[in-house]
Amino acid sequence: MLKALTHLQIWVEDQDEALAFYTDKLGMEVREDFTNPEAGDFRWLSVGVPGQDVSIALLAVPGPPMVDEETGAQIRAVLAKGMAGGLVFSTDDCKADFEELKSRGVEFAQEPNEGWYGIDAGFRDPSGNQARMAQLNP
Amino acid sequence: MTISAAHPARHLLRAKDLADARFRDPLDVPALARAAHVSPAHFSREFKRAFGETPHQYLLTRRLERAAELLRNTDWTVAEICARVGLSSVGSFTTSFGRAYGQSPTAYRSAHPPLVQAWIPTCLVQAHARPQSSTFREDSRARSR
Repeated sequence: MLKALTHLQIWVEDQDEALAFYTDKLGMEVREDFTNPEAGDFRWLSVGVPGQDVSIALLAVPGPPMVDEETGAQIRAVLAKGMAGGLVFSTDDCKADFEELKSRGVEFAQEPNEGWYGIDAGFRDPSGNQARMAQLNP
Repeated sequence: MTISAAHPARHLLRAKDLADARFRDPLDVPALARAAHVSPAHFSREFKRAFGETPHQYLLTRRLERAAELLRNTDWTVAEICARVGLSSVGSFTTSFGRAYGQSPTAYRSAHPPLVQAWIPTCLVQAHARPQSSTFREDSRARSR
């Protein structure tokens, strides 16, 4: 049977920009970065939170031959409208991380919000992917 | 903050995010247009093209959704909730709320006691709880300003 989730994938507009964002700003580490010249220079790029096995593959919005131009444009539009991503990270101190990440230029869509569950905040990567960090009550 | 090769909607998304983040403040459509770096003359049309509703509709329904949540989960007065979601007129708030939810704020509160909940990412809860926006008379007034 299935053993573990090892990768999930999101589309990004610019892989170099995404790499800088997820490593320099969010503090993740590069897991894989391989360009295959036999596959149209397809670049398999992934990052992950240090200490956790799950990797996030940051794949460029595709075009032909993977998908037709129209489909690529639709993916790009969904990204730009903020309806892609959906990453959720845990944090021990949402407010402190908010201040730190904001100082690094991370674009927050929602400042720390306190509820019965704890505190969470929402941010976006440069492509518009949505992500959250949550400090949940025990 | 730089965005490379940005799709036009990516700039408009900043205005939508600003409405989500700052709905408590006295935001208006020109302020949202500034966040999107789009001229006010084009902003509402471009926003509606991207997201299917005007920025005024989006901001108002965001505020009403937040108001509904506060009615369900606090004992604050209607006037206090109105102010806390960035609206200044209790009368307009009550009218808009009635159109969106089919009952007055106080009737809504009576019919919706707090629920026992499990955590769901806040953005998803807020997005799915936002009322439909197609019947707000305020939009015709906003367009005429």
